[in-house]
Amino acid sequence: MLAVETLDLAKDYYVGFWRKRPRKALQALNLCVESGEIFGLLGPNGAGKTTTLKLLFRLVFPTSGTARILGKDIKDVSVHARVGYLPENPYFYDHLTAEEYLNFAAELFSIPAPARRRRVGDLLEQVGLTEARDVPLRRFSKGMVQRVGIAQALVNDPEVIFLDEPISGLDPLGRREVRELILRLKEQKKTVFFSTHILSDAELLCDRVAILNRGRLLGCGELSKILSLGVHATEIVLENPAPETLAELSSYTSALVQTGERVRFEVPEQSDVAKVLEITLRRGARIVSLNPLKMSLEDYFLAQVAPATEKAREKQARLGVR
Amino acid sequence: MRVATIALHTFKESVRERVLYNLVVFAVLLTAAGILFGIISVGVKEIILINLGLASISVFGLLIAIFIGIGLVSKEIERRSIYSILSKPVMRSEFILGKYLGLLLTLVVNTAIMTAGLYLALFYEKRTLALSDLNVLGAVYFILLQLAVVVGIALFFSSISTPILSAAFTFCFYIIGNFLADIRWFGREAQNVFLERATALLYYLLPNFGNFNVITRVSHGEKIPGYLVVGNSCYALLYITILVSAAILVFEEREFK
Amino acid sequence: MTALTPLAARRRFIRPMCGILIAAGFLALWPLQRSIDQLQGAQAQFADVLYLSSGTTLRRYCLGYEGLLADVYWTRVVQYFGRQRLAHSTRFELLGPLLRITTELDPQLLTAYRFGSIFLAEKPPGGAGQPQEALQLLRRGIVANPDYWRLWQDLGFIYYWDLKDYRNTSRIFRIGSERPGALPWMRAMAASVAAQGGEIQTSRILWTEIARQVDNDAIRQSAEAHLLALDAEQQITALNALLDRYRDQQGHAASSFAELVVAGYLPGLPVDPTGVPYVIGAKGRTILGPRSKVDLALLQ
Repeated sequence: MLAVETLDLAKDYYVGFWRKRPRKALQALNLCVESGEIFGLLGPNGAGKTTTLKLLFRLVFPTSGTARILGKDIKDVSVHARVGYLPENPYFYDHLTAEEYLNFAAELFSIPAPARRRRVGDLLEQVGLTEARDVPLRRFSKGMVQRVGIAQALVNDPEVIFLDEPISGLDPLGRREVRELILRLKEQKKTVFFSTHILSDAELLCDRVAILNRGRLLGCGELSKILSLGVHATEIVLENPAPETLAELSSYTSALVQTGERVRFEVPEQSDVAKVLEITLRRGARIVSLNPLKMSLEDYFLAQVAPATEKAREKQARLGVR
Repeated sequence: MRVATIALHTFKESVRERVLYNLVVFAVLLTAAGILFGIISVGVKEIILINLGLASISVFGLLIAIFIGIGLVSKEIERRSIYSILSKPVMRSEFILGKYLGLLLTLVVNTAIMTAGLYLALFYEKRTLALSDLNVLGAVYFILLQLAVVVGIALFFSSISTPILSAAFTFCFYIIGNFLADIRWFGREAQNVFLERATALLYYLLPNFGNFNVITRVSHGEKIPGYLVVGNSCYALLYITILVSAAILVFEEREFK
Repeated sequence: MTALTPLAARRRFIRPMCGILIAAGFLALWPLQRSIDQLQGAQAQFADVLYLSSGTTLRRYCLGYEGLLADVYWTRVVQYFGRQRLAHSTRFELLGPLLRITTELDPQLLTAYRFGSIFLAEKPPGGAGQPQEALQLLRRGIVANPDYWRLWQDLGFIYYWDLKDYRNTSRIFRIGSERPGALPWMRAMAASVAAQGGEIQTSRILWTEIARQVDNDAIRQSAEAHLLALDAEQQITALNALLDRYRDQQGHAASSFAELVVAGYLPGLPVDPTGVPYVIGAKGRTILGPRSKVDLALLQ
């Protein structure tokens, strides 16, 4: 069964005071998230990531299309019992302590008192807030609030966890902790659906990603596939090569870059790599490193998003908008 | 069950936000009035104590009902705390109902403490309590009914508007609701069929707070007639049902952008 | 179609249920409020109470909204006056104080002075029959609004009609005519009243002016009634003279106006301004027909 499935899900927001014009926040989104995978929703700010998550939780209603979570229509609130959600920049009640808030969240799932106490204790332990359990939330740092937010999303031991920008805004240590938590969830066979605009997080965590820009889906697929698609060259670094060696190699390589005793060059054609290695070894040069140059997610993202942004800029220029 | 959870949570929130501090002001007011009127006036001390006590119970309750009531829903939306509640298996109607009952609970507790204080002051003045003093309880009950309707109004506006506008609307409704009898009377005297019909419509449509005004009568030791107790209870219950239903109806359609 | 879970099933009923509850609630409120009103009975009535007796005190309590409150009080004046009249009550003891509070709250509320003075001065059952109170009210109005000439006009009318004090009437009209914007007839009036001591012609000028400028139906009707009465009075005087002449020339008194018509004294049967024929009374004088709508008592 698919964990999450959206079918032509679209949302227009109406902007303007007198004459409302639609702003397409999300256009006909079709996504499938498999059970047990970590799925990343990627895109710059305003791409429609948060809108997608709000649509899934009926915080806003779709203009058209529909979606299913764990095979159930999202209109069916009962599916919320089997999922968890961390909103973007979450806020919880200032006057409560972390423990009280988690207890309140657990009560909303009608978890009986003894189980609730155990569960809340476990969660505080998991997100490292055991020490701060009696501190009112108003004294929490942003990172601590985020951890409470993750804990409340896990309070019902959900099968699918939705996290809206869980990692942004945290300090490096906090980021590592959240990343580890997400990987732990995968180990527990949970499905994690999270949004981020930070590409390195997606690179480290996601099995598959979907890339959104300006409400449109630009690409969706397994991360390794998107990345291997982009293997475009092999980088080789040699130490103290003889000038003759370099001369012999020159027909296979791109421009040479010399730094100190080392020379770095790229071999654009995969088929030439064996030949290059053979020449190098025969001439007795020392190989420092050999790297297949994959297209990074960053490059892919830029390549996909840039034309759109470029077009938008042109359009703005045409309209005389500065 | 979930309704009760949200109600208790709302109650806890208002207590933690020091809503009950008004009780201190109430105590000071009653004590000061007791002493002051004991010095400058003759024979009306008990009446003044009851009048002042009931008036403060009503005014403090009203302030709490309006100013907490208008934030019940809009504050949750503004702070986005509602996201994590509605993403749990909670229906929107349960949320509204829970919020309403939570504030009502706050008001009941607050009013109960003030009433106890009033009886304490009365006992201190008279050194005894007569059966007729039970009439005060009737007036307190009416004040509570009135507050329950005001909370409903505030809740309704809170789910469609901003806090400031909600406060203004709720206050207007309260004022108009108190003058409904006069408005209708003016309409009748105007000798104009349209005006008469319009004012009559308003009279039956808007909450009639005039029904609940018994403070002065009670302070003179009058008994509240039984039909008024039953009638007003039904009236408040009906009106609250209308208001909460309307709030739910609006809230079901609400998007959180 | 997938089977609905209990939560989803309940959700589908919420909206129609809310709609029904709202509609049913309002339907039930109506009879309930009616029965409460009936049982409350007399207590719910709009009480004739003077809540506070001094407008200046009241001003301090109303946080800058005294204008609005003055309007409310003025409305109370009108309702109070109207209700007492409808009930044919001759008790108007709250009228003076209510008017005083109204004008103390808003000294510029000219309507309150102008109509208020009429309510006060008019003889019962038409009004409170308190011309002195009316004079006081107008004098206060003049102090607060010295440039408004119509208050002088109203003051003059009370001297003229209710107090029959023609010397003061003339004096008031003359002062009033010197206010800015005063219409020219004020001066003519002053002269006319002084010279003739309240003659019918003066009355006619006054009432025609009132009928022309007032846009309140009741007062205009009253002015028109006065004018009719003035016309009838003149006609009666003329007819009486004719009757005298007939008796002198024919040697006997006429028993009906038909005799005068036959004898050629009149072109046809004389009718009063409302179209009802005049008749000859027991003393041989002209009187109004039994169904006449003219009220000569207005002129007394």
